[in-house]
Amino acid sequence: MIKVTIDGHELEVENGTTILNAARSLGGDSVPPAMCYYSKLEGSGGKCRCCLVKVAAGSAKDPRPMPKLVASCVTQCQDGMIVESKNSQEVLDTRKAIVEFLLLNHPLDCPICDQAGECHLQDLGFEHGKAGTRYQEGRRVFNKIDIGPYIKLHMTRCILCYRCTMVADQLTPERVHGVMWRGEVSEISTYVHKAIENDFSGNMIDVCPVGALTDNTFRFKSRVWFLKPFNAHRSCTKCSGNVVAWKHGNEIYRITGRKDKYGEVEEFICNDCRFEHKNAADWTIEGPRLIDRHSVIGQNHFEAPYQDLLAKNLLK
Amino acid sequence: MQLTNRAKPVEKKAMNFSERIYLPAIMKGMSITFRHMFKKEPTIRYPEQKRDFSPVYRGVHILKRDENGAERCTACGLCALSCPAEAITMTAAERQPGEENLYREEKYASKYEINMLRCIFCGLCEEACPKEAIFLSNSIAMSNYGRKDFIYGKDRLVEPVSPPAEHVNNFEEVRREKWLSDTGREK
Repeated sequence: MIKVTIDGHELEVENGTTILNAARSLGGDSVPPAMCYYSKLEGSGGKCRCCLVKVAAGSAKDPRPMPKLVASCVTQCQDGMIVESKNSQEVLDTRKAIVEFLLLNHPLDCPICDQAGECHLQDLGFEHGKAGTRYQEGRRVFNKIDIGPYIKLHMTRCILCYRCTMVADQLTPERVHGVMWRGEVSEISTYVHKAIENDFSGNMIDVCPVGALTDNTFRFKSRVWFLKPFNAHRSCTKCSGNVVAWKHGNEIYRITGRKDKYGEVEEFICNDCRFEHKNAADWTIEGPRLIDRHSVIGQNHFEAPYQDLLAKNLLK
Repeated sequence: MQLTNRAKPVEKKAMNFSERIYLPAIMKGMSITFRHMFKKEPTIRYPEQKRDFSPVYRGVHILKRDENGAERCTACGLCALSCPAEAITMTAAERQPGEENLYREEKYASKYEINMLRCIFCGLCEEACPKEAIFLSNSIAMSNYGRKDFIYGKDRLVEPVSPPAEHVNNFEEVRREKWLSDTGREK
């Protein structure tokens, strides 16, 4: 166990823990935002630069500060390290700049995008970004691509976090898509638009932090804040069958994995569950999901929050 | 039982001479009647005549088209989200190739309904709209015989394809200029 100090809070973590995970165990405002790091995917992180923090003292042995801001998702804690996240103005200013960089080529077509309302880039821009834009040059233009029958790729919205390629690498035996080219021309592509036909390919939609990979079966069907998320399960031979069913009335509009508060799915689910079972009869509904108080998804839902109902013993 | 002490017993006095002939009372009544003929009318002959509205008057909604005549609304749902009366519902659809002149963006509202009985004309939909598609115009909701006639669909909300010139682009500005000239204010 080693001791680190994050924003003035001292905590003990396992040897080898990254600064981001240490901050997450602390919770609260000190947790740096992360667009590319995904705890369930090995090797993710270090690409989006959202999670940059200031290291005021490298370790107890060598207390010199690190010369530049470091990416907290790939930097391990040292004993006696002093980290500044939300307490450092330099970090906050850098986050503003990073949001500007991420939005350089982003089309800002949120009114059209199916991800709007649960988009990490939207949240990031809202919390850490500037209200205006200084960018006047043309943005990247791509045609929409159907990756197989279920997934739609909008390359214009992609922020190149590489999460989807890691899903393909680590969840499925053979990857048929990847990131082509380099630098500002790089793009996600399949080899000659080959369909991705793996049973778990749909998880690319869940791990995508923006609306670049979206569910074709849910395309333009509704906005996420008009739907109510319910925990549901079914017996599935391929996956655990534990999902979130997004309902409007008795109709299931879409199925996604269950995401934790950092937007990372708890269990990857199979395409069968995700795309093929949209009948309410296929699923056993466990109960409404807790929606974050600040989330737009909870808007216009006037019923008492799930935890209130639990506290009042109104749910059985 | 007496609840209050305000009750008055009815008095039945015998009428005097001037009361008995009724003429003074009739003259008094008719003078009031004839006096009103020369007063300014407080009412107007609606619908032939219409009153001027305030420039910020919020009437029936209108879904605007852009300068090329394509519908601006992309069915993003923010108007319905902001609506405190939950009067707005919509269904989105994807624009097909060849429909670029009809809809401005790749998604459009295939169905868009406002329940004018629910609507409280607060204008929050107008505020929320990121596409400058919905505006509250300065006409009032028409009366109707059935409740279902108050559910306005796209047929009544979307502005006509070739609207009068002043309505096309600078809707707000034209309204403001008209108000300035009507009220005799300097620009």
